[in-house]
Amino acid sequence: MKLSRRRRQRIVRVAGYLVFVLVILVVVAAADWGRLSDAFFRGDVARSMFPEAITVALRNTIIYTLLAFVFGLTLGLVLALMRLSSILPYRWAATAYIELFRGLPALLVLFMVGYGIPLAFPDREIPGGVYGSVTIGLGLTAAAYMAETIRAGIQAVPKGQLEAARTLGMSHTRAMVSIVLPQAFRIVIPPLTNEIILLTKDTSLVYVLGVTPATIELTKFAGDTLNTRVNPTPLVVAGLLYLVITLPLSQVVRALERRAGRER
Amino acid sequence: MSTIEITGLHKSFGKLEVLRGIDLRVEPGEVVCVIGPSGSGKSTLLRCVNLLEEPTSGSIRVAGVEVTDPDTDIDAVRRGIGMVFQQFNLFGHLTVRENVTIAQRRVLKRGRAEADRVAAENLSRVGLTDKAASYPAQLSGGQQQRVAIARALAMDPKLMLFDEPTSALDPELVGEVLAVMRGLAAEGMTMLVVTHEMAFAREVASRVVFMDAGAIVEQGPPAEVFGKPREARTREFLHRVLEPTHVSETEIGAHLTD
Repeated sequence: MKLSRRRRQRIVRVAGYLVFVLVILVVVAAADWGRLSDAFFRGDVARSMFPEAITVALRNTIIYTLLAFVFGLTLGLVLALMRLSSILPYRWAATAYIELFRGLPALLVLFMVGYGIPLAFPDREIPGGVYGSVTIGLGLTAAAYMAETIRAGIQAVPKGQLEAARTLGMSHTRAMVSIVLPQAFRIVIPPLTNEIILLTKDTSLVYVLGVTPATIELTKFAGDTLNTRVNPTPLVVAGLLYLVITLPLSQVVRALERRAGRER
Repeated sequence: MSTIEITGLHKSFGKLEVLRGIDLRVEPGEVVCVIGPSGSGKSTLLRCVNLLEEPTSGSIRVAGVEVTDPDTDIDAVRRGIGMVFQQFNLFGHLTVRENVTIAQRRVLKRGRAEADRVAAENLSRVGLTDKAASYPAQLSGGQQQRVAIARALAMDPKLMLFDEPTSALDPELVGEVLAVMRGLAAEGMTMLVVTHEMAFAREVASRVVFMDAGAIVEQGPPAEVFGKPREARTREFLHRVLEPTHVSETEIGAHLTD
């Protein structure tokens, strides 16, 4: 029997749905729900984490993220302008920095700032304690990525914008500050927001610096609670709290990208 | 003193020689239209006047100031020269009013009230008073170009440069921009205009300059250049521009097989 093209497409589509439902049913039937809920969804364990999970752990995670982001953004902007400089040594230096820090694991940089530098200069201290070390340790790496993002943003601003500004008598610096950079930042807000999301997750590395109960962040807090209660529920709680930060940010990125798409 | 005095201007991009020795004067109050085929160097000539392009050699004096002199404060010179671009180049992140005030505020250091007053004056001059709060993306091409003209005029320039101001416009929007330019010319503004609008050049220009292959081929009053061009290259160009439907196949070297 010869089937029409439309009929064949329908059969394939229905089969697709059926396979999906079947897989879900098999997983649900095979799972040991009692053990799963005992391990990952223990209400008493979850409740015991609050309010510290939010007032201390989530708060510190956000603080580390913001500190590293502001430091990285500032340094990244400087690096981006250096990469676009007409002075060759500046371009070299910025390129070398970016290639170096994009190539190193964030954890290695964090070790270097947290332990390497203090060992080399025992008589000096990084200001701000663990907060200072995290700002620099995570910010150095973030700056390398953000520099490339910002550079691309600046280059995406049409050349005519700078020319028009210069024609009106603005100096190069004035034209960059008043005309080019504001437009470049509009272009790079979505990728920079992605950078915040990545940084949020990278703050989980901070525990290697040896945090105190006051400076603890989400992942270490969950790990500690897992140890004392001998139950993995805290990991689920910490995971949900990360999503509380990152999901709204992804929504922001999506909304901004939709808006940018409309303006074009 | 001439507003513009160009002598022996050469400009090369790498091995490509775009301007091959240009001599040109523009007197105060003159409207000089530069016409010629694309690639003839018209735009480059215009962009050399305010040093958007650095001349390879030669001299350019604007109101007596040598712009190619490394000691000249080029930002100060540019303040006195308005420029209008083919692509408008309005600042997309600023409203129409802010487009017209930002250089007044940042460069001329005018106060907000004065800058707003000058902006309103110039927006009314180009017929766009009601668009002050709009963003460039909300305007038609013709409106954007008129804002660009207002933005330049707000700096009280002594000279206006127009780089093919209507070439990026839909045909029905060309007229509104030309009307503004005609008004400016009537007020006595000194203008150097690169254009493909022959009717405008014929009507408004005090002098027409025909360029080809990086050199000025001929120049004179529009009645002469358009009415009885001396050079064969001028005649050929005008024929192709003014009567495009009469360009013959043999003229362009086409060999139709049947």
